[in-house]
Amino acid sequence: MSQAPRSTAYKEPALTRSLVTPEGVDLRIQLADMGARFGAFFIDMAIIAIVITTVAIIYGLTFGAAGQIDSEIGSVLLTMLWFFLRSFYFTAFEISRHSATPGKRMLKIRVTSRDGGRLTAPAVFSRNAMRELEFFLPLQFLLFGGLTEASGWLYIAGTIWFCVFLFFPLFNRDNLRAGDIIGGTWVLRAPRPILAKDLSEKVLPDNVEFDFTAQQLKAYGIHELHVLEDVIRNNDLATIVAVADRIRTKIGWEKGANEKSRDFLSAYYSGLRKMLETQMVFGKRRKDKFDV
Amino acid sequence: MSEAGLKSSRFRKEREKSWRQLERIVKKIESGSTRSISDEEMIALPGLYRSALSSLSVARATSLDQSVVQYLESLSTRAYFILYGTRTSLAKRIGGFFVRDWPNAAQALWKETTASFLIISVFTVISYILVMANMDWFYSLSPGAMSDFRNPTASTETLRDSLFDGSSDDGLSAFSAFLMSHNSKVAIMAFALGFAFCLPTAFFMAFTGCMIGSFVALFADRGLGVEAAGWLSIHGTTEIFAIVLAGAAGFHIGLSLAFPKNKPRLESASAAGRQGAVLMAGVVVMLIVAGLLEGFARQLVKSTSLRFTIGGGMLFLWCLYLYLPRGRFNLRPKS
Repeated sequence: MSQAPRSTAYKEPALTRSLVTPEGVDLRIQLADMGARFGAFFIDMAIIAIVITTVAIIYGLTFGAAGQIDSEIGSVLLTMLWFFLRSFYFTAFEISRHSATPGKRMLKIRVTSRDGGRLTAPAVFSRNAMRELEFFLPLQFLLFGGLTEASGWLYIAGTIWFCVFLFFPLFNRDNLRAGDIIGGTWVLRAPRPILAKDLSEKVLPDNVEFDFTAQQLKAYGIHELHVLEDVIRNNDLATIVAVADRIRTKIGWEKGANEKSRDFLSAYYSGLRKMLETQMVFGKRRKDKFDV
Repeated sequence: MSEAGLKSSRFRKEREKSWRQLERIVKKIESGSTRSISDEEMIALPGLYRSALSSLSVARATSLDQSVVQYLESLSTRAYFILYGTRTSLAKRIGGFFVRDWPNAAQALWKETTASFLIISVFTVISYILVMANMDWFYSLSPGAMSDFRNPTASTETLRDSLFDGSSDDGLSAFSAFLMSHNSKVAIMAFALGFAFCLPTAFFMAFTGCMIGSFVALFADRGLGVEAAGWLSIHGTTEIFAIVLAGAAGFHIGLSLAFPKNKPRLESASAAGRQGAVLMAGVVVMLIVAGLLEGFARQLVKSTSLRFTIGGGMLFLWCLYLYLPRGRFNLRPKS
């Protein structure tokens, strides 16, 4: 079985892309959304700022206390530190095994090569060299450029420049920033879901009988089954009661005396899943309740 | 009717053990503790990966348990990146870079390098001639930049001093560190600006040429031309060569975007970006060497002829290293 089924009823967000392995299976990778990427960048810049400030404070405390503060060594230290961090922080972390900076790891995203091959050092280098153009240059310009020149037009030009690159990822299908285009990379979600318990395995109490007729099980499709799965897993009592009531009304089910809503949902979930999976084996995927 | 096992649950129960095993190995590798992985696990990894992929296919076709499908998708993807995204060790890569990748990139971009060198040279000559003809040109061709006190109003004495005697008091290492980070920034900009279809990079090269030409002209006007050239050449041959190469990498990107030939534009740009980036990594190395030469050697070596010797020698070595043909064996096949 090394064939990827093309028709699926899984959640299909706009950010899903296909990545077919050499074994012929589509992994259906997901691009990181812009919020995660801005967030990761923000965290990384904060880390850089903290490192520089800490070094400056430690330096000031150790040498300042001894009364031998040497502005030359201090400025060499900070110049070099800032230069190395801004040029190599991103590159070094993205070349490493995780293919992600600490900020990216925190938000569970990673850089990969767009062609699905390996992520090479030159690709990472060029994607981050562009950062100089996209972010640091306009930043420097906006912070210091205006002060010396005091020219309004230049300032506006700088702001436009900044905005073009800032919003660049919003105007292409794959959320690529200029660096991604040059580096041939994109940023993917790298979630690590745990394998949750199988809900159909839940043991139900003996004192209640759940016998659904085929007609009752026909009320819903795969989409509703997945929603039901989420509801049961989230385990929020109010929602469970509400959903159970909706289903009972829809399929015309009389609530028994000792019947708990949670058990009812579990039983209905198992029954529905069994029926839909059996249909799937015979080649019929019932997408949702409107799909007859 | 609590089902005594759906088919998909039985399937899951049977395969789950091998998924868990794969997950454990993947986790170990991801956390970097490669040493704690036994040989058996390493050997089992590809098999487990393929069985996870096959489970994924089966699960997609037969199971409606979202949790299983999502888990398998993410697990297979993680294993895929470990198996197919493997890289050689860092030391090997650095070795490969110096032995093969850097010279290859420099050789492949010889056309762009020539273009960028020509732009710098032409503008150096033009600005030299202009400034020699009329000193006022100096201010327009070299605005602010390196000409703090070295401008046409300075006395010949001051200018001479600045070449032979200066700087030892104002902090060698601070100066050197500043130059290094400044120059690398300039080079990275020249590279990145190629993105805008070469024009800004060309402007950058022309500007560099103007600064060199007007600087030399300023000194030549006072009969110090040779000395100024020597002062520049000790680090300048390395530094200007590096900037020429950075410009070449920028042109390469711009050209690939403007004229992608028979590839899609995006693909062409990223191929060019990768090749340019290799060259740029080399440029950063060269600039660090140049910074050391500028910060230290220049202040310590005061004789003009010796300065020329060092500068010329460096240029010779760089050319030898980058352009000496090495036969076919190290030209990597295009992947």
